[in-house]
Amino acid sequence: MQNVKSKMHNFNVKFKNFIFLFLILNFTFLIFNLTGCGGGAGQGDRIQPAVTINAWHWMTDRDDAFAELAARYEKKTGVKVKFELYAPSDSYTQKVRAAAQAGTLPDIFGLLGEKRDFASFVIAGHVANLDSEMLRDNAAWKNKFFSRAIAVNEFLPDNEFKVEPGVYGVPLDVMNIQMLYNKKLLKDAGIKRPPKTWDEFLAMGEKFKESGVQGLVSGWGEMWMIDCFASNYAFNIMGEEKVMKTIKGEIPYTDPEWIAVFNLFKEMADNNILYNGIVTMVNKTAEQLFANERAAFAFNGSWCVNVYAGMNPDLDYGVMFPPAKGDFLMKAWGGAGSSFLVNGRSLFKQETIDFLRWLSDDEQQAYLAEVTKNLPANKDCITKLTPVLASFAKAMEDTTHPNIWPVHEFPLVIEAFDKGIQAIIIGEKSPAEIAVEVQKVKEKELNKRRQY
Amino acid sequence: MNGKLKSTLINYLFVLPAVLIFAIFYIYPFLKVFQLSMVEWDGILPTMQFIGLDNFKEIMQDKIWWDSMWHAGYITLIALTFQNGLALLLALVCDREIKGRNFFRVLFFVPPILSEVVVGLVWQWILDGNYGILNNLLSSIGLHSLVHNWLSDPKTALTCIAIVHSWKGFGWGFIIMLAGLQTIPRQLYEAARVDGAGSWQMFSKVTLPLMIPVFSMVVILTILGSMQVFVLIIAMVGQGLVYHTTVPVLRILGAMTGSSRFGYACAQGIIFGLILIIISFTQKKFSEKIKQA
Repeated sequence: MQNVKSKMHNFNVKFKNFIFLFLILNFTFLIFNLTGCGGGAGQGDRIQPAVTINAWHWMTDRDDAFAELAARYEKKTGVKVKFELYAPSDSYTQKVRAAAQAGTLPDIFGLLGEKRDFASFVIAGHVANLDSEMLRDNAAWKNKFFSRAIAVNEFLPDNEFKVEPGVYGVPLDVMNIQMLYNKKLLKDAGIKRPPKTWDEFLAMGEKFKESGVQGLVSGWGEMWMIDCFASNYAFNIMGEEKVMKTIKGEIPYTDPEWIAVFNLFKEMADNNILYNGIVTMVNKTAEQLFANERAAFAFNGSWCVNVYAGMNPDLDYGVMFPPAKGDFLMKAWGGAGSSFLVNGRSLFKQETIDFLRWLSDDEQQAYLAEVTKNLPANKDCITKLTPVLASFAKAMEDTTHPNIWPVHEFPLVIEAFDKGIQAIIIGEKSPAEIAVEVQKVKEKELNKRRQY
Repeated sequence: MNGKLKSTLINYLFVLPAVLIFAIFYIYPFLKVFQLSMVEWDGILPTMQFIGLDNFKEIMQDKIWWDSMWHAGYITLIALTFQNGLALLLALVCDREIKGRNFFRVLFFVPPILSEVVVGLVWQWILDGNYGILNNLLSSIGLHSLVHNWLSDPKTALTCIAIVHSWKGFGWGFIIMLAGLQTIPRQLYEAARVDGAGSWQMFSKVTLPLMIPVFSMVVILTILGSMQVFVLIIAMVGQGLVYHTTVPVLRILGAMTGSSRFGYACAQGIIFGLILIIISFTQKKFSEKIKQA
C-alpha cells in the first residue's frame, strides 16, 4: 500500500511538473505570437523565396482585368502579383487606415480621400516617393501620363502639408464628371437639342412636367457629388482665384457670388429640373434610373460608360458640359481617377515599382481601357476610344480637382456646404441662410487652426 | 521552489492567458479610447497633439451631435412602444392554442435574421416617391393627398426609418416574450379563473407582474439596439437627408473616417457610452421599483 502511495505521489509530482512546463511553453508561444515575433503579420508572403507583390484595391469592375494582367506579368517576369479586392469603397478606406495604423499595408494600395489624408500617409512613411523613378531618362515615365493625373499624386515645393516634394503615386486612369442626356427622352419632351445656357436648362423643366419626364438624376445622397456640381459653377460664376481666396478665408461664403452658386440649386428645385428624391439618392440608384430611361439628364463621371453599357447596352445618350451660368471658364471636376501607391516600407519596393511601370505601359493601359471602358491615365492610349468616352477625354484639359488646388477646405466646412445645399433643395432653408451657416463653420474652423 | 509556491504559480499561469486576452482586447482599447479622446489626431500621422478636454467641450456645444442624440431617442421611443407592443401582442396570440402557431413563430422571427442592408433597400423601394408600392397603394384607394416622397421629406423620413427598424426588430422581443409567457405556470391562470377573473384581470394581475423581469430585459435590449442603429439608415437614405436622419453612431463614424478627427470621434464615443450606461442603470432601477411595488 505504501508503495502504491509513493508511486501516486511521484506521478503527481511528475504530472505537476509537466503541466508547469506545458503552461510555460504555451505562455511563451502566446507572447511570441502577440508581439508579432513570429513574423509575417500582414505580409505573410515575405518568407516565401519567390517575390510576391501584394496589392489591395476597391475597383470591383476592374478585378478580373487586374487578375489577367497579373497572370501576364508573372508569365513574363516570374514575379507574382496578388490583387485583393475590398469593396465597397468605404470598407476599403477603413481597411487601409486600420492597416496603416497596424503597419500591415500591402506593397501596393490606393487611397480614397482628401489630399490632407494623402499627406498624412506620406508623412507617416506609408508611401514611397517615386520622383527619382518618374524623372529618370528625361522624365519618360512621368510624361506618359495626363498632367492632371500626375498632379493629383504630386506634392509641390512649399505645399501646405510640409510634405517632401515629389510624385507619390502611379495614376491608373483618369476621370471627369459631366452631364449626360438621353436623346430619346429629350425628343419625347419636344426638346430639339441639349441646353447651352443655364436659362435654357431651367426652361426645360416646364416641358418635362408636361411630358411626364423626370429631369436630372445624380447621387446627391452622397455628399461629394453635390460638391462637384457646386464647385463647377463656383469656378464658372466667380473664377478660380476667388474660389481659392474663399478657401484661404479671405472671402466669406456670404459673398453674393457664393449665394448665387447656392441659388442654382433652388432654381433647379423650383423649375422641376431635379428628380423627385434626388437628395437621398445614392449614385448607383441614379445610374440605374438613367440607364433605364427614367430621367432625361444625369450628372455622372466617365466611369458611367462602363456602368451604362452593363445596365442597358442600347441606351442612346450624349455627353455635355453643364450649361454655363457665369462668365468664367467652367471647369469640370476631374483628373483624379484611381492611382496606386507603393508602400514606403515594402520589402519589394523596386519590384513593385517595376510592376507599376509595366502596368502603365501602352499595351496594358490599352487593355484596361478596352476591358473596363475607363479613360486611361496614359495619354498615348487615348486614340482607341468610343465616341462617348472620347467626349469625356476631350474635356480632360478643362478639369480641376481639390487635390490639385494649392489650398484645401476644412472637412467640416465641406459637410456644412453640402448638407446646406440639400436643405435648399428640399426647401427648408434659403441660399442666404445656408451661406451664413457655412461661413459660421468656416470661422470656427479658422479659429481652431489659429489656436492649435 | 517549494511545492506551495509552485502550486500557486501554476494556478496563476492557468488564469494568465484569460487575463492577458482580456487586458489586450478589452482593457487596453478602453484606456486607449480615453487617451485618444484628449488629442487632436487624424488617425494616420505619427504625432498627436494633446488638447485636454477640448473635444468634450466642443461636443457640449455641438448642436448636430445633440440633434443626432434626439433622433436616436425618437427611434428608440417608437421601438419601445410600437415594436415591443406588437411583439407582446403577437407573443400573447402565439401562446394560445391556435392553428399554425409554429408557422407564425417562424414567420415573426424572419425579419430579425435578415440583413439590415437588404431590409433597408427593400423598404427604400417600397417607400420610393416615384415607383414605390406604398404610393401606388395610396393612389389606388383614393388617398392621393398622402402620396409623396417618404424618405426625402424631413417630416416623414425619421419616422419611416423608426417604423422599419421596429418591423425588423420586433421578432427578438416576440421570441423573448413568448419564452417568458411559457414559463408562467398554467395553474395560476386556472386558479384565477376559478376565483372569477376575466381575461383582462388575468392579464393585468397574473401575466404582467410575472413578466416584469422579461420586459426589463427586452426594454434594455431595445434601448441599446435602437440607440445604435445606423446600417439601416445608410441603406435607406445614404449619407442622410440634411441632418434629419443623423444618429450618434453616424456622427462618430463621420468624425473618424470623413473628417479624420479620431480624437473627437473617441470623445463622442465616450459620451455616447456614458449616456447608454446611465439609461440602462436608470431603467434597471425603475424596473426593480416596479417589481417591488
